[in-house]
Amino acid sequence: MNIAKIVDAKGLSCPMPLVKTKKAIDGLASGQVLEVQTTDKGAKSDLSAWAQASGHKLIDMKEGNGVFTFWIEKA
Amino acid sequence: MSRGKKKTTIILFSGDYDKAMAAYIIANGAAAYDHEVTIFHTFWGLNALRKEEHVPVQKGFLEKMFAKMMPRGADKMGLSRMNFAGVGPKLIKHVIEKHNAMPLPDLIEMAKEQGVKLVACQMTVDLLGLKQEELIDGIEFAGVAAYLADASEGNVNLFI
Repeated sequence: MNIAKIVDAKGLSCPMPLVKTKKAIDGLASGQVLEVQTTDKGAKSDLSAWAQASGHKLIDMKEGNGVFTFWIEKA
Repeated sequence: MSRGKKKTTIILFSGDYDKAMAAYIIANGAAAYDHEVTIFHTFWGLNALRKEEHVPVQKGFLEKMFAKMMPRGADKMGLSRMNFAGVGPKLIKHVIEKHNAMPLPDLIEMAKEQGVKLVACQMTVDLLGLKQEELIDGIEFAGVAAYLADASEGNVNLFI
């Protein structure tokens, strides 16, 4: 997977992971992949809901050592 | 007005720090959802838009009393519960910092950055004796019709 940009939102609380993700995805071209790292436990529901509503594709997510990592492909 | 975009409108009536925080978190989230967002401040919610510094303006006695008794700016607002004569907000701000959440003034700043439209209700601005110079820059002044114009197209309309 080709990752165009990484957002480090570790340690940040709602709504910052979402706001940072949105800002980053605005700077990408369609088809590019964004990686988001967060420690916010709400982000799992938040980012998948946001991706679905805004049409972007949540390719994958994983959880390890308290960090959630998401890969989102821009629509 | 850009067509096709969803809209969120929030009426911020409350002058409580915690309630205003909820309003501004939703506003920032909605902006990240690509909604057009308007926060319509009325009554005590107007205090979130006050400048922190004292602005010398001509006022009558009652208006001066109001100005003195209301918090000057978002950071000075009290809590809706557990205010404990001003200790509560200090505790909350400590916890906010500990959890890396954003304090209210930062949330307001970020909302502006994200293009959230901040509106002050002109009628209550007058009622509380506030002057335009006492409120932060970059806000609009409007009435119920402007609110309804936004809200009638709103996908999310909240009263806080």
